[in-house]
Amino acid sequence: MDKYELRAILMSGCLMAVFFSALLFNLYSRKIDVPECTPYTGIFKEPHVTQLDNNTYQAFVTAGMWAFAPTGMKFPKGSTVDFYLTSKDVVHGFLIEHKGVNLMAIPGTMNKVTVKFNEPGEYRIVCHEYCGAGHQNMMSTINVTE
Amino acid sequence: MKISKSLQRVLIVGLTMPVTLFILGAYNGVMQTLYRAGVINDSAVAGINYYQGLTMHGVINAIVLTTFFAVVFGHVVMVNYCKREPNKNLYTISMVFMVVGTLMDAVTMVTGKAQALYTFYAPLQASPYFYIGTSLLIVGSWLAYFSWLLMWKEFKKENPNEKMPVAVLGTLVNFTMWFMSSIPVAFETLVILTPWSFGWTKEINVPLTRMLFWMFGHPLVYFWLLPAYIAFYTILPKVAGGKLYSGNAARLAFLLFLILSTPVGVHHQFSEAALSPSTKLWVSILTYGVSIPSFMTAFTVGASLEFAGRKRGAKGYLDWLGHLPYFQRNNYLFGYFICGLILFIFGGLSGIVNASYSLNQMVHNTGWVPGHFHMTVAGPVVLVILGMSLYILSSVSGKPIKNKSLATIIPYLWGIGVAFLSHGLMAGGLMGEPRRSNLGLSYTNPESTLFNKYWLTSTTTTMFGGMIMGSAAIIFFYVFFSTLFSKQQFEPCIELPVLEELHNEKKVNLLNDIRPWAILSFVLVLSTYIPSLQTVLKYGKSVPNKFQFDNTQNLNDSSNLK
Repeated sequence: MDKYELRAILMSGCLMAVFFSALLFNLYSRKIDVPECTPYTGIFKEPHVTQLDNNTYQAFVTAGMWAFAPTGMKFPKGSTVDFYLTSKDVVHGFLIEHKGVNLMAIPGTMNKVTVKFNEPGEYRIVCHEYCGAGHQNMMSTINVTE
Repeated sequence: MKISKSLQRVLIVGLTMPVTLFILGAYNGVMQTLYRAGVINDSAVAGINYYQGLTMHGVINAIVLTTFFAVVFGHVVMVNYCKREPNKNLYTISMVFMVVGTLMDAVTMVTGKAQALYTFYAPLQASPYFYIGTSLLIVGSWLAYFSWLLMWKEFKKENPNEKMPVAVLGTLVNFTMWFMSSIPVAFETLVILTPWSFGWTKEINVPLTRMLFWMFGHPLVYFWLLPAYIAFYTILPKVAGGKLYSGNAARLAFLLFLILSTPVGVHHQFSEAALSPSTKLWVSILTYGVSIPSFMTAFTVGASLEFAGRKRGAKGYLDWLGHLPYFQRNNYLFGYFICGLILFIFGGLSGIVNASYSLNQMVHNTGWVPGHFHMTVAGPVVLVILGMSLYILSSVSGKPIKNKSLATIIPYLWGIGVAFLSHGLMAGGLMGEPRRSNLGLSYTNPESTLFNKYWLTSTTTTMFGGMIMGSAAIIFFYVFFSTLFSKQQFEPCIELPVLEELHNEKKVNLLNDIRPWAILSFVLVLSTYIPSLQTVLKYGKSVPNKFQFDNTQNLNDSSNLK
């Protein structure tokens, strides 16, 4: 291999190293991470929301063909919500628009993410994984009040 | 080199069968863009429902067309460089397996018994014959690989001091990787999915099936990409009128693909529980690593093209780009290669976004992802498949290509179509537009309560691109079949352009032996998949779920649900 070839390899290696440092910066300084392992405790009998204190909530969400439960979730502005997500039938997706929340709801596993809602408004949750004939209708909303 | 009648027959079947099915695959692709743009607000057209069409589009274009072409092109490369034919029994049985498997898949898909998409999607149930058919297709391709290993062994015994030709190395690397990575999916389909689909087993561990699928699913994308790389390294330089810049760099790139492509499958699962963040970060690093051989290819192929341009009289820094043989009837292959390469620049870069750990959260399962892979699989891969299919069909059947002018413009038209299609999909994806969704029934239907006007522009751009691609495909089918049904005019043969290397490099033994790299690959696979398997078994549970795509009733007893 000649010197230009080696330089090209070295430069592409450096470029990838820069990208990787950006990921590490986000991970450790800004706490932007991917979902972690959470033990599976079975399907929630009653999907529900519990309030832990003034502005901290836990939402236990099930995805099923073709709706999310519970419906009509409502949180005041500034709330921090832990979403626990599982599926009662097939594989579903869970994307909260404008929040960068992107989870898979897989039967037999429990997914978890923590979201802070700073802006009031209506946030749409879209199922983004093929789950059968009604997939395109599977949407829910979260209302964040003033 | 002249070829026997039986090999000729197998090669022509291997080209014609997938191209015929590709008519169905391409049709369903164009239809999807119409549904998604809200032009069609229906669940089915002409008896094919959206998700059935999506299954056909994925399975035919991404598994059937690519696997058949990899096998046919592999035969051509091996015969061309080893100057002998593969074992007749092996290549015949291999083609029979592939054809029978494909027919099983086609029947289950057309009759609507398999609407589980090409990633299988348990606990959605497809007909067991769909899983068995897919397995047969894969096992058939293994047999071709075994026949080439025998050929190469013989050739090496007779010519002990020769370097392994780049194209042979690429082909053997590709199928070694394919063989290793299709073991998990064979296990998934034959041991887990088929008995479950027949109803012999009740419970299914969904995260385990997903892990096994992606262990195969990512190497699959390299499996369809590497034949295109082989063409870029060993055919393009001659077609452009130059030489390959560096043979050893080409060899190193292929070997890096061998070690890095299988252990990175978990990067399709960043949004899932049951896999730990540390495994995901490790896989991000490995995926960044696998971008290096692609950067190397960009450099080597670019430098080879620059050399060709300068030989044609180019001066200055970028003038060589204008001195390449675009739009030349007698050099129609060049257009297929160059359009593929241009698309692949953007395909590769958007792939780095997908591989990027937390950044993946912005794009996972949105339109961005098909936007990305249409610039890889529908870019360089399909363009090389189309161009080389015409080339191989012509030389193997002894029939000159009909309508060479049409054959010359196909890639440019197709490339413009892909650019629009991918732009629309990616722009929509960044706004949260889901992939694999019949948007026309809800999100892009003004009468629906779910209507989202922001997705209209992006889906319309996509549709525009899809229609251009569809037109290019129609021209291709016309050229392909009019050539196939024309009269034979010369002696059938296998002849690839002769590869010359620009630098005379020493033979490096390590770059001419696949075995040590295969072992390293296996070690890296263990480094990813031992921890993955541990967490999947610890955090995931088997569930007694089995569903049909259009019914919310669990086919297994629902009272078992905990």
